[in-house]
Amino acid sequence: MRLMRRSLRIPLLAACLLLAGTSAVWAVDPTELPNPALQARYWTLTHELRCMQCQNESLADSPVGLAADLRREVRDQLLAGKSDDQIRAWMSARYGDFILFRPRYSLRNAWLWGAPGVLLLIGALVCWRVVRNRTTLLPGDHEPLEEDGQRG
Amino acid sequence: MTRFMTRFLLPLGIFALLAVVLAIGIRHSPDKGIITSPLLGKSAPAFSLPNLTDPAQLVRSADLKGHWYLFNVWGTWCGGCREEHQMLLQVRQAGVVPIIGLDWKDDDAQALSWLSQLGNPYQSVATDHSGREAIEWGVYGAPETFLVNPQGVVVYKHVGALTPDTWTREILPRVSATPAGST
Repeated sequence: MRLMRRSLRIPLLAACLLLAGTSAVWAVDPTELPNPALQARYWTLTHELRCMQCQNESLADSPVGLAADLRREVRDQLLAGKSDDQIRAWMSARYGDFILFRPRYSLRNAWLWGAPGVLLLIGALVCWRVVRNRTTLLPGDHEPLEEDGQRG
Repeated sequence: MTRFMTRFLLPLGIFALLAVVLAIGIRHSPDKGIITSPLLGKSAPAFSLPNLTDPAQLVRSADLKGHWYLFNVWGTWCGGCREEHQMLLQVRQAGVVPIIGLDWKDDDAQALSWLSQLGNPYQSVATDHSGREAIEWGVYGAPETFLVNPQGVVVYKHVGALTPDTWTREILPRVSATPAGST
């Protein structure tokens, strides 16, 4: 009995791994494009475009009808020779920038892009001030020690 | 004084700034998943689609120029569409603005029996079996209703079932500001 179980373990594990692999590949989108370069671009685009119906999923991950329609659109436009930027622009002309998971730079969100730099600058300034205040304190710190030495 | 500034005013200032930024974020976040359409203020997509009630005929955007119209995206598979149907019938009865329907990814026979059972609020219904026309309008869920002015510009979009409230507050004032027929 124990032996049988052990002998079953490896095939079972193999079967699980195999199934796990296939489910990821076959999950939602079986689309195949004629060449690997197009397929790779298709993969990237469908992963960075939002499914508008189930807003926290990408087109590639979503099983809903609209996502399938939009994937078909991506495929058709890739086959028609459109560039990635042209496809992104086409999508955002219809659904707004919200469809792009990777936000574009624009005047409206410029402050957002600049914010990390500004925060870093503020941090550096605070850091510099703290360090400077500490160094001016140093001579004073030595005084009690000197007094102790004199006493002892 | 400087101590008072750093210990009290500075944190308060940072807090106020953060509060303002977050408040703007909350106010502009997609409300219940509703996304502002980039189509607003732009020309409505030109279309020429088969007519549901008479497949030999076409429903064409060119024929609608010079008049206000509502462009209502629906389907028999859509729960919210059943919910708003009574409201659409009332809009038709009011006779202020015609409704053009877009039967989105639907079965023609089912759509026709829906209209004969529940009543037909539409001036004409275009069919969109492939879903391509709905994408042109940036539709992400039915029902959605667009208001198009006589110049062919989308001036308002409503997502979800049309309510008497949106009709009286958003649609009617816009349509009656410019009398039908005038350009």
